[in-house]
Amino acid sequence: MPNPVSVSDVLIIGGGLMGTSAALFLRQRGRSVTLLESDLVGRQASGTNFGNVRRQGRPLHQLPLANRAIAIWRRANELLGADVEYLQSGHIRVCYRERPENIAKMEEYATEARHLGLDLELLTGNALRTRFPFFGPDVLAGSYSALDGHANPRLTAPAFARAAQKAGAQVFENTRIIHAAKQGTDFVVTAEDGRTFQAPVLLITAGAWGNKLSQQFGEPVPLTPRGPNMSVTEPVPYAIAPAVGVMTPVEEETVYFRQVARGNIILGGSTRGPSYPDQYRAYVLPQNTMKQLRQIRRLAPALANLNIIRVWTGIEGYLPDSLPVMGPSATTSGLFYAFGFSGSGFQIGPGVGETIAELIDTGTTPIDLSHYDIARFRTAES
Amino acid sequence: MRLAEQDRAPLTLYVDGQPVTAMEGDTLMVAMLAGGRVLRTSEFGDGKRAGFCLMAACQDCWVWSEDGGRLRACSTPASAGLRISTSQPGASWPTAK
Amino acid sequence: MADREVRPATAGPRTHVRVSQAAEGRRPAFEGTSIAPRIVVVGAGPAGVRAAQTLLEAGIRPVVIDEAARAGGQIYRRQPANFRRSHEALYGTEAARAQAVHDGFDAIAAAVDYRPDTLVWNIADGQVWTASEKGYATLAYDALILCTGATDRLMPVKGWHYAGAYSLGAAQVALKAQACAIGANVVFMGSGPLLYLVASQYVKAGAKVAAVLDTSPFSNRLRAAVDLIAQPGILADGVALTRALAKAGVPVLTGVTPLEITGDGDDGVNGVRVRLGNGTERHFTADAVAMGYHLRPETQLADLARCEFAFDAKTRQWLPKRDQDGRASVAGVYLAGDGARILGARSAEVSGRLAAFAALADLGQKLDPLTLTHLRGQVASYARFARGLATAFPWPHEQAASLPDEVIVCRCEAVTAGDLRRVVNETGAKEANRAKAFSRVGMGRCQGRYCGHAGAEVIAACANIPVEQVGRLRGQAPVKPLPVAIAPEGEE
Repeated sequence: MPNPVSVSDVLIIGGGLMGTSAALFLRQRGRSVTLLESDLVGRQASGTNFGNVRRQGRPLHQLPLANRAIAIWRRANELLGADVEYLQSGHIRVCYRERPENIAKMEEYATEARHLGLDLELLTGNALRTRFPFFGPDVLAGSYSALDGHANPRLTAPAFARAAQKAGAQVFENTRIIHAAKQGTDFVVTAEDGRTFQAPVLLITAGAWGNKLSQQFGEPVPLTPRGPNMSVTEPVPYAIAPAVGVMTPVEEETVYFRQVARGNIILGGSTRGPSYPDQYRAYVLPQNTMKQLRQIRRLAPALANLNIIRVWTGIEGYLPDSLPVMGPSATTSGLFYAFGFSGSGFQIGPGVGETIAELIDTGTTPIDLSHYDIARFRTAES
Repeated sequence: MRLAEQDRAPLTLYVDGQPVTAMEGDTLMVAMLAGGRVLRTSEFGDGKRAGFCLMAACQDCWVWSEDGGRLRACSTPASAGLRISTSQPGASWPTAK
Repeated sequence: MADREVRPATAGPRTHVRVSQAAEGRRPAFEGTSIAPRIVVVGAGPAGVRAAQTLLEAGIRPVVIDEAARAGGQIYRRQPANFRRSHEALYGTEAARAQAVHDGFDAIAAAVDYRPDTLVWNIADGQVWTASEKGYATLAYDALILCTGATDRLMPVKGWHYAGAYSLGAAQVALKAQACAIGANVVFMGSGPLLYLVASQYVKAGAKVAAVLDTSPFSNRLRAAVDLIAQPGILADGVALTRALAKAGVPVLTGVTPLEITGDGDDGVNGVRVRLGNGTERHFTADAVAMGYHLRPETQLADLARCEFAFDAKTRQWLPKRDQDGRASVAGVYLAGDGARILGARSAEVSGRLAAFAALADLGQKLDPLTLTHLRGQVASYARFARGLATAFPWPHEQAASLPDEVIVCRCEAVTAGDLRRVVNETGAKEANRAKAFSRVGMGRCQGRYCGHAGAEVIAACANIPVEQVGRLRGQAPVKPLPVAIAPEGEE
């Protein structure tokens, strides 16, 4: 066996937001870190998602983690030495007239969320339309979260990676790991080109590829790759402060938009497209773009006048309950996971990194990870 | 600057409310530039733009119509009664604070 | 002169007769079946027109989709219907060819399924997606012939974003299609045959040309002569243009280095400052600048159709792979004209035919090998001439390294060379799409048409790597801006 390229305290496979933030926080705790990324850091889900930095709408049990994350977002530029364009300009999610039952759901959520540190304001009728005149006539009510916002996903994970490197982490891009196993006290992972890396602790943050690695430790999970459906308009004068989304059980109707400081309006959602993790390719289906634009017109008719200038997608990993796998392995000591964030990982990302780093470093964390236990996918056979 | 074909039927369109005389067959771009130098102001502070490629490739010549729509000036025929605004109409939605 | 007569001027009557003779004894494989192959031609310039004609002659009714209101493309761009100038006035030495292309299309417009004022904005799963005033629609195809043409190729210079700065193609379109000059006193700057052609067209039309400034040293042409001689007629035309300019008293300078388009953001262009071959600086007063360095193919649709690309070292750009008849790397997709590689309008007519023949052959039709050999030979000759042009008028990639930091590289997003270099240095991004993600170069409305090549050269120079390693910007739909309001055709 060839000599390992590096031996460190912690090995991380997957250079998205989870892996890069964990790398930084582990370095801050004095642990040596090697981060391995098959392509370039932050290129897939972390870099191509909508960029919503919202706590509103998350499962209530996730709010403590989201609160941790928001504290980091607020000091992100300082922490990273780079501008990730975080704008704390609010988030509003609305429901349509044909589902008035959503108002009660919003009220219920707001009541519970208030206990967990998230203050939401419910708006209907004139109050809603005076504050947010761009909503279409079908919009019935909205729940507004003043202290949520959005940021630039293309910049964030790479900024964490650079900060981690500056803090002494080793980052290897273009390093695809094809084999991982525990040999004695250490994990040894092997790249496509034969290089090996070694550490007593292994963290798998490999997104849509997480299952390929977890199954090597006897823990397969039903991970489905999907491509977010993203479009962007040309830059127009800045006029829309909050990020906007629709609360609906129907995937096609689930659209959202946010205007960035430069003026472009980013549109996301509706039917998601196919992705091919093995080829690192994903495609936006034009029919999905057309569906998305129709839904956007319903949500905010004035946007109809604008031009979209490009579309994009990436590869996200989804689990059936839309919750990630996060926490220690159920089969192997020293092995940890944080992947499968099902399209909702951006806001909590820095919090995930901080929490996993704490867990690895101290053996414990006050954040409740029970809902994310990989053991929930254990079947009779495994 | 017009060099030939000067005896075509005139038409009037409006830029920021001001009448501009053009001719049938002009593109919107020529109609707007025959009177002045400029189509729009760059979003990013580098000054006034007047188009670049004239073949619908560079996308530098998009202007606003008064009803809030977008028109690519080099590929849109000038037509009578067209109303152009050099700044985005209705951009002043009050922002929520 | 004798040479010119020997070779047919266009893929015209002689070839047509040959095809008819060949087809007489053999029916197309699909004749008599109820399902005719669906062939879509994108672009109604010289390549698209000849491709459509060839298909009709073989008994197929193609769909011909064109963005413009009138067929003809850019070089043979038509003036509006109420303009009266003659073809000679508009197209000079190319008048007969332009006429032939226009007449050729007019004769078949009713016979094909013609969709003018229609954009193809995406290609997926064997369908093209179109957009027009009526809305969007899809069209399935068995064969797709992309004849998407070209735009000017630009190297930024300080001040090129000012009002009054245009591409050479734009200066020509203004004249041809609108009977206008881009200014009252125009400097032409850049390199390539268009530089001389448009400047002389301006002189002929009565516009004032302040100077013609060619970045290529004159000596390049001598080295290129061995390839330029492949098209002696075109070469002679070019020489004549240069002489006409000199005769008109227009300063024509070679080996020039552009330094700055002077002016400001409010009042626009007021001149051009350059360094001459002898090292001195000179300023030319002007109210407009026409600039460009030959052409670059519009390859976005080939990209969306998932065709493979390869780096062409001679011209330092990525081109879609094609076989000698225009078959792309994806079955059922064919590439012709300047949209595949820049060989000029005359070659486009020939390659349009070849691409149509390739599609027909792949759909089972038997073709006359002599016809194909003849057409291929013509294209090869134009290709040799094009190599000569690349030698005579090279893409001035070295200018990228010396662009001052404050020069805008990406016009759409106002991103400067300095911004781009900072991204390369601070993030290590050396690949075009990665650098785009961090710098925004290529993220604007034009999707990299006017900043892509220069951006790659800036990155390569800054990172000290061969420009081929920088790669190319990946295309994303829509190839041109689409309104959010777009609805299916037929819907209110």
